[in-house]
Amino acid sequence: MAVKTAAQLTALILAVVAIAAAPMLLDLFDLIELTLFASMAVLALSLGFIWGFGGILSFGQTAFFGLGGYAYAVAAINFGDSTPAILLAIALPAAFAALLGYFTFYGRVSDVYFSVITLTVTLILFNVVNSTAGDEYRIGDAALGGFNGMPAVPTFNMPFDPAAVLEPEASWYVAAGTLVAVYVLLRLLLASSFGRIAVAVKENEVRASLLGYDPRLIKLIVFVIGGAVAGLAGALYVNWGAFVNPTIFGLALSAQIIIWVTIGGLGTLIGPVVGCILVQYIVSRIGTQQTFNANLILGAVLIGFVLLLPRGLMPTLQHIATQAGSRLAYMFSRDNAGRAIADRPAGAE
Amino acid sequence: MTDTAAPLLSTRSLTMLFGGVVAVDAVDFSLAPGELRCLIGPNGAGKSTFFKMLSGQYVPTAGEITFRSRSIAGSAPHEIARLGIGIKTQVPNVFNGLDVHENIWLAARRRNSPSTARRIARDILERIRLSHRSMVPVGHLSHGQRQWVEIGMVLAGDPELVLLDEPAAGMTDEETRLTAELIREINASRALIIVEHDIQFIRMIADKVTVFHQGGILMEDKADTVLKDQRVRDVYLGKKEYA
Repeated sequence: MAVKTAAQLTALILAVVAIAAAPMLLDLFDLIELTLFASMAVLALSLGFIWGFGGILSFGQTAFFGLGGYAYAVAAINFGDSTPAILLAIALPAAFAALLGYFTFYGRVSDVYFSVITLTVTLILFNVVNSTAGDEYRIGDAALGGFNGMPAVPTFNMPFDPAAVLEPEASWYVAAGTLVAVYVLLRLLLASSFGRIAVAVKENEVRASLLGYDPRLIKLIVFVIGGAVAGLAGALYVNWGAFVNPTIFGLALSAQIIIWVTIGGLGTLIGPVVGCILVQYIVSRIGTQQTFNANLILGAVLIGFVLLLPRGLMPTLQHIATQAGSRLAYMFSRDNAGRAIADRPAGAE
Repeated sequence: MTDTAAPLLSTRSLTMLFGGVVAVDAVDFSLAPGELRCLIGPNGAGKSTFFKMLSGQYVPTAGEITFRSRSIAGSAPHEIARLGIGIKTQVPNVFNGLDVHENIWLAARRRNSPSTARRIARDILERIRLSHRSMVPVGHLSHGQRQWVEIGMVLAGDPELVLLDEPAAGMTDEETRLTAELIREINASRALIIVEHDIQFIRMIADKVTVFHQGGILMEDKADTVLKDQRVRDVYLGKKEYA
């Protein structure tokens, strides 16, 4: 246990050092690409958390991502300051998740139907926002722009100081720092009583309710946290491109999130982050070559993982590491046992 | 409650229909505080359905359930659990992916602070004789040990009334003996209802026995009387019909 905590702390410190050093080691283009990866990894974490630890498979995590993105864009244009816009990008998707979760969990909608409903919800949002072209669809100063989206969204500024717009390096620190902060917060949450109860509900809902826990409420809270995190990721994404359009709600992205989590490893927090960055890296490399179709490669990778590493990358690596560790410990203990016998002088009995 | 004669749990005309099938038919049942009651009866007699209505897993089609003079028929399982009814279901219903300690701790945590829950978990692990396996995932344990984990979880919730559905099923003779001992220990301070098939086991623990047959109560008496009764023998051997 202590070894594991120490290893996790070391990994965390290394990650922070790498994030701090990245702007000095990488050129601007790579740094901006990594900023996108980090923003999307926050989205991957939101699904990894609710699916891997709450047992809630949402096919429509993009609904909250998109709402966060649009909430940020509309608020930033109206307020001219990104600070309240970011808060709104967290609060609005969380409130929407609370509403959706209340009706589905308390309505005893089964898991499969829940997944279908979330998928439908994100497609409805896609179509609604897609059809807001024209000048009559505006919220305050912000025109929603239909399928063209909203260009020239103000990017992040220093808190409560709209004049101090963040440079790309600073945006990298914000995105990567948010990723680390969300990761650490979710890890702490999972170590708390609430997190342990949430995992218990995922393991066996009937038993949890027979112990006196209300599975509906627990799942609702997990789902709302997931929605808030996805919304925050939406704000980071819009900040990255200074632009938002309805594809943020689309089917392609909502499917990709599931692929990230599946490849990285369900039931871990680091898995979705690794899976997300890995897949995006592969896609962007293929994209620059134009020799292969990225979706084809992505499909092949997914099939390969499902067939060969069904538990995903990180759980498999962890398994190999523990196996190797226990084998080493076994060899070591045998070695010691042998020496203990040898230490005893012959005929001591 | 000042009236000690009032039952801890009672049902009135409790009925459960599955489509056209009457699983439990207008059962009037009463349990005194601190009592240990065994329910027996052939497969399909309605014992487990009766249990599931008591624990809130099924909503009764008709009738009343009263626990500590509160009506609980149709309440959600977690509400009933909070009122003080703990149940071990027929098929072990545990958190298979979590270790033994975590299972018990989660049960204790409902009413206690994390550290108190930890202390309770340690005590319970001792009582169910699984201290040495506390870090093992429950899914890796034998069937008998998983039954104990589930009984341990019920105890960790400190319920007023303990319901055990076939606690000795699939246990070795030694495990069965230890389970009987554990049940007597629990009965020192708690009321129990136990569904069981194993007549040997019932002889070890039983005081008063209720016999279910075709969704109704066939008879209710001291264990010796019940087990000698010709009608009960016929029901188990499937000789005659008694409605």
